Amino acid sequence: MSFGSTQAACRALIVRDLTLVWRRRGDALNPVLFALMVLVLFPFALGPEPQVLGRIAAGTILVAVLLAGLLSMDALFRSDLEDGSLEQLVMSPHPLSLLLACKIAVHWLTTALPLVLASPLLGELMNLPGPVRPVLIAVLALSTPLLSLIGAVCVALTVGMRRSGMLLALLVLPLYVPVLIFAAGACNAAANGLPIAAPMLWLGAGLALSVVVAPLACASALKISLS
Amino acid sequence: MNPLALWFHKMGSPPTFYRLAGRFLPWLWGIALISGAVGLYGGLVLAPSDYQQGDAFRIIFIHVPTAWMSLFVYAFMAVNGFIALVWRIKLSETLAMASAPIGAAFTAICLATGSIWGRPMWGTWWTWDARLTSELVLLFLYLGVIGLYHAIEDRRQAARAAAFLALVGVVNLPIVHFSVNWWNTLHQGSTVKLFGPSLIDPRMLWPLLTMAVATKFSFAASLLSRARVDLLELEAGKDWAREVALAEERTP
Repeated sequence: MSFGSTQAACRALIVRDLTLVWRRRGDALNPVLFALMVLVLFPFALGPEPQVLGRIAAGTILVAVLLAGLLSMDALFRSDLEDGSLEQLVMSPHPLSLLLACKIAVHWLTTALPLVLASPLLGELMNLPGPVRPVLIAVLALSTPLLSLIGAVCVALTVGMRRSGMLLALLVLPLYVPVLIFAAGACNAAANGLPIAAPMLWLGAGLALSVVVAPLACASALKISLS
Repeated sequence: MNPLALWFHKMGSPPTFYRLAGRFLPWLWGIALISGAVGLYGGLVLAPSDYQQGDAFRIIFIHVPTAWMSLFVYAFMAVNGFIALVWRIKLSETLAMASAPIGAAFTAICLATGSIWGRPMWGTWWTWDARLTSELVLLFLYLGVIGLYHAIEDRRQAARAAAFLALVGVVNLPIVHFSVNWWNTLHQGSTVKLFGPSLIDPRMLWPLLTMAVATKFSFAASLLSRARVDLLELEAGKDWAREVALAEERTP
């Protein structure tokens, strides 16, 4: 019996996941709407002075994107677990880490990329200073895949549980803190006209490391929770 | 079989561990209490006042040993978690999960005493300094491990999942340790050095090291006590656990 090539399996998985998202196009907008709603709360809570908003804009956008990503992480394996396809993935003869990397990539494309694309709009709403805008987009482009990869490991650990939302936040947020620190560091440096290379390089290094390690960790975590 | 390997295998079996740990426990508690009393007397009474901070510095004899322990216990938990994941040794799972609440307690004490110390010295209870923030993240990691362990029904699967999380969180340990060197913020650098002379008066150093010994032994003692109870619970259906329970009942 032949199982087909690994490449074909990955392609089939990506096409399937993309199709599933396409069938429920409305849901794909939810993270963006959520981030928008969180941002709207800040002017109400802090007052609408443009200087105040401009100073905190980058940080609040980062936190809103992080929270939106956290909420969408739960959906990564949820439906696959319910219809049993997750177990098929684990039992498949192809390397699980590679299949999971495909799943995480699709998840990032459909939940985080819209957020990155919407960030100029969010920045405009929050009166983000001009020089920070390109930096914010670059920072988001580097840090959202990192958040997805780190989050996937923790989601894999909680996948068997029925109510994992709060627990997931407790597990994931400590691991998100360093990413947030470097991302905000780059934005603050840009706002003050300082060089931004160091935090950007840290983010890039973290991303490179987790692209390699996180799918492997995610695979073993998934095997633990499905054992 | 090689006697050392035999001893190692025997230690891994719950009944043997239970018995041996019970024999060690009084000694461990004893050493912990005596060295703790000696260290506290040396630190709070014998050590001279600091030239800058007066008597307020004496909280160091609680603060620094618990800070060391917060990292040490995490490393211990991660190593045991690694053993549990790779070799599936039941005892390692138990030890890793029993050490998590103890480590969380040490971390909480370290944060609280640091806060009490920081109020007169820095003029603030809390500041978002690198060392403080990374120590707080360490506390959250401990709480995450404990939370995950209690959220999963099957004890052994829960232990493995939580041990995995503990392993992932190890990245924070070097951040906590080197944060005072990497970021020059409010928290002072280390004054006690493993290599080379320490930057602290020897009359202050020896109580500090005695307290470090005391916290190590109190960790070992409470770890073994917790692990014994956990093992009894985990193996409640087994013969040896029943025998232990019956023996406890017979002794008045």
